[in-house]
Formats: sequence, C-alpha cells, structure tokens
Amino acid sequence: MADLQTLGPALLTLGLVAVAVVLSLYEKLDLEKDIGVAVVRSFLQLAAIGYVINFIFGLKNIGAVVLLLAGMVLFAAWTSARRAGDVPRAFLVAAVAVGAAAVATLGLLLTLRIVPATARYLIPLGGMVIGNSMNAASLTMTRIRDDVAEQRPKVEAALALGATSRQAVAPILRTALQRALIPLIDATKTTGLIFLPGAMVGMIIAGADPLEAVRLQIVVLYMLLGSVSIAAILVGTLSYRAFFTPRHQLRRAPPSTE
Amino acid sequence: MAPLKIEVSGLGYAVGGVEILKSVDAGMQGGEITAVVGPSGAGKSTLLRAINRLIEPSSGEVYLDGRPTSALDPLELRRRVGMVFQIPAVFGDSVEETVLYGVRLSGKNADPGRLLEMVGLDASLAGRDPQSLSVGQQQRVTMARTLALEPEALLLDEPTSALDEAARRRIEELVGDLNARLGLTMVFVSHDLVQVERVADRVIVLAEGRSVGAWDKEDFFSGAGERARQFIAGRL
Repeated sequence: MADLQTLGPALLTLGLVAVAVVLSLYEKLDLEKDIGVAVVRSFLQLAAIGYVINFIFGLKNIGAVVLLLAGMVLFAAWTSARRAGDVPRAFLVAAVAVGAAAVATLGLLLTLRIVPATARYLIPLGGMVIGNSMNAASLTMTRIRDDVAEQRPKVEAALALGATSRQAVAPILRTALQRALIPLIDATKTTGLIFLPGAMVGMIIAGADPLEAVRLQIVVLYMLLGSVSIAAILVGTLSYRAFFTPRHQLRRAPPSTE
Repeated sequence: MAPLKIEVSGLGYAVGGVEILKSVDAGMQGGEITAVVGPSGAGKSTLLRAINRLIEPSSGEVYLDGRPTSALDPLELRRRVGMVFQIPAVFGDSVEETVLYGVRLSGKNADPGRLLEMVGLDASLAGRDPQSLSVGQQQRVTMARTLALEPEALLLDEPTSALDEAARRRIEELVGDLNARLGLTMVFVSHDLVQVERVADRVIVLAEGRSVGAWDKEDFFSGAGERARQFIAGRL
C-alpha cells in the first residue's frame, strides 16, 4: 500500500484553497471558517476511509463489506434526517429509501455479473449510490415539508373536496421529485459534452484505457440514475404521510387558528 | 330528501396543549342558515373544520341527522358537507379544471357551465386561468367547485372577508339564493353582525372555545340578544 506520506506533493494543492481563503477575507464573504472545516474534515474522513477500505480489502470477507455499506447507509440517513428537521420519522424514511436504493442497484449489478462481488468494486460504487441517494432524500423531504407548510390552504381545500391525503399532496410530490431528480437527469444528458465524470477522470489519470473508463462510467451513470430515482420516489411516498393523519387530516393546527 | 340536520355536542379540540375548543354545543336546523359569531380566537373556524373532520375533535361528537360523524368515512362526510374557505384556493390550469376537481376525484363528471351559472358567473369563463379572475370571482369558483359535489350542507368560513363591499353583497345574495333553491343547510362564520342580520336565520355565539348561546335572528337582533351583541361588539 502506498501510505499517506506520498500525499505530500498532493497537499500542495492546498495552495489553491489558500487563494479561496484570501478571496473570502478580501471580499468579506465570511466563508473562511467553513472552508477550513471542510478542508480538515475531508482530509480526516478520506484518510480514515482509505485505511478502513484498505483494512477491508485485506480481510477478503464480503460480510465486512456489507457491514461497512450498512454503516454508510445509517450515516447517510442521519445526515439526511438532520437536514430535514421537522419531518416526522425522517431518519427511518431516509434509511429505508437509501438502503433500498443501495440494495436494488448493487444487487442488480451483482446478479447480472456486471461487477464482481469484491470490496474493490462494491465499496466505491456503494459509496456513490448512498451519497447521491442521500442528497436526493434530503432535497425531497425538505421540499415536501416547505411546500406543505406554504400550500396549506390548497391542500386543505382539496381534502375538503373529498381528496385523499395522497391526492391532495400530489402536486407537491410531483414538484419535489422533479426538483430532486432533474439535476442528475441533466448531468446525465450532458455528460461527456460539458464535463467528464470524476470516476472516469480518475481512471484515465491512473493509466486505464479510456474505453474501459467509459465502460465503467456508463455503469456508474445508469446505476446512479436508477438508485437516486428509487430513493427520491420512496422518500416522497413515505414522508408525505407524516404530515397527515390516517383520516386524511393535515397534522398541526392551521396558522390562523380562529 | 329532507335537509340535513347538524348537531354538535360537547365538542373539544386541543392542539399542542392549547384548548381551542373547550366545550361547544350547537344545533344547526336542516335547510337553515346558521351564523356562528364571536370574538376572534373564539374557535369559529375550528368548529367548522371539526364538523367536516378536517381536524379530529379531542372530545365530543358531531351528528348528521343523528348519526355520529366519527363513524363515517371522512372523505364521504366531506363530500356531503362542503366547505368554502376565507381565502379562495384555486388550483388547476383552467376554471373548468378547478370546478370539476372534486367531482373528477370520485370518477364522475358535471357540466362546468351550469355550475358557473349557478354561482352567477358566465359559463364562458370555463376556459380562463383561475388566477386571472378577481378574488370575488375566485370565491364563486370555489363555491361552484363545492356545489359540483351536490352537498347536503355547506360550511362557509368568513367567505366574504377577503372581498370588497360590492363582491361581498353579491356573495351574500348568492348564499341566500342557494339556500332557498337547494334547501342546503348552511353554517356561516362571520365577524360582521350587519352581515349576519342580512344572511342568517339563526345565530350561535362562541367565546373562548365555548358556546355561549343560540338565538333566532329576530330574537338576537331585538332585546333578547342585546347582551350577547354588546359582548361581541366590544370584543371585535
């Protein structure tokens, strides 16, 4: 294993961060503290995960891989639930959605033998699926929460006309899912034209055949599209219920409680 | 079919530890317009929402023709007891879509032109964007949308408070007209006693989540209701 000492030259890229910090100070953007935290956290987290992955590679045990992925799902759900404060049962909803997205996509890749069942493939691909699903889950939940609060009169009017909770919330769900999925759909559409995805860039720099890099990138793109859609749709259909009672009533009092 | 009779018994509603309704007893006779009046914070809108179970009462019961509403399917209940809100919430790309929203949910259809005419709007508005209408027109559209379900009763939650005087008077006339033509039982929340005198058959007074009393309009606006009127006038 190349250990972290070889990172020395890489750390020179911190010079670029320094430029950002100087700019932030100069323009009084108040971002220098955030940038500092981001630099330190990302370094520590990446170093730690590097050692963990290395350790798990050494174990050659698929159980350890599954355990690590499960831990990542729980951490993602926790992050997402914190972002979506006020959404009842947000942790559970996010855990189910992100977990299901990971199981479905990785399961498919393994069943169809597109990737081998080894730590080298499962951990990085799983990380991508989980991270992207987590973002979609957060976006969907916060959007539904905000729109239900803002469009309360419309939701209540629909309920008063005999709509079920699902029917009354349908326009809100639609917007939330579109907002969550459109960035990825657009990125997928323009990939290769506007930007080269990170995984492909990494492989080409590491000396892989560009066509081999493309093959893997296509797998990654379709996998992400699938998993993020699954996560967002599951989060949508699970989380809206938290705002209603089983008798199709909006929870909590309307703001103008007369 | 005989007009629907609504009875409210010992109704309470609390949310977040705050008791908005403490104990409300009230009877709305079939085919009559009952006005619910009281100072703000008395629980008038909450009472309406409890009648069609847009909120779940914490105690007490609402009866329709003697049958407890807790035993009814809430969606069916809301189709039978329609509600018109203070601020009209129109949705859909066209007036027609707005008017037919509830009917289409139950897989039926209706004639949007006839419904619009019923609330005094021109049938040619059906194709318009509902957002382009005046607030008064939008309120009529929401009434047409509710009437499309052929309800037996109509709950009106200060339906004219967002409107100017002319639009307000037209809605009042429409309420009286619909009541006479369709025999609908109506519950009309208002903070305007002059309006109540024009519209209502009976008056129920609420204060701080309790029912204070009920009068025929004539009694309320003559000697018998004077103290209640002064109480409300002093608190509005």
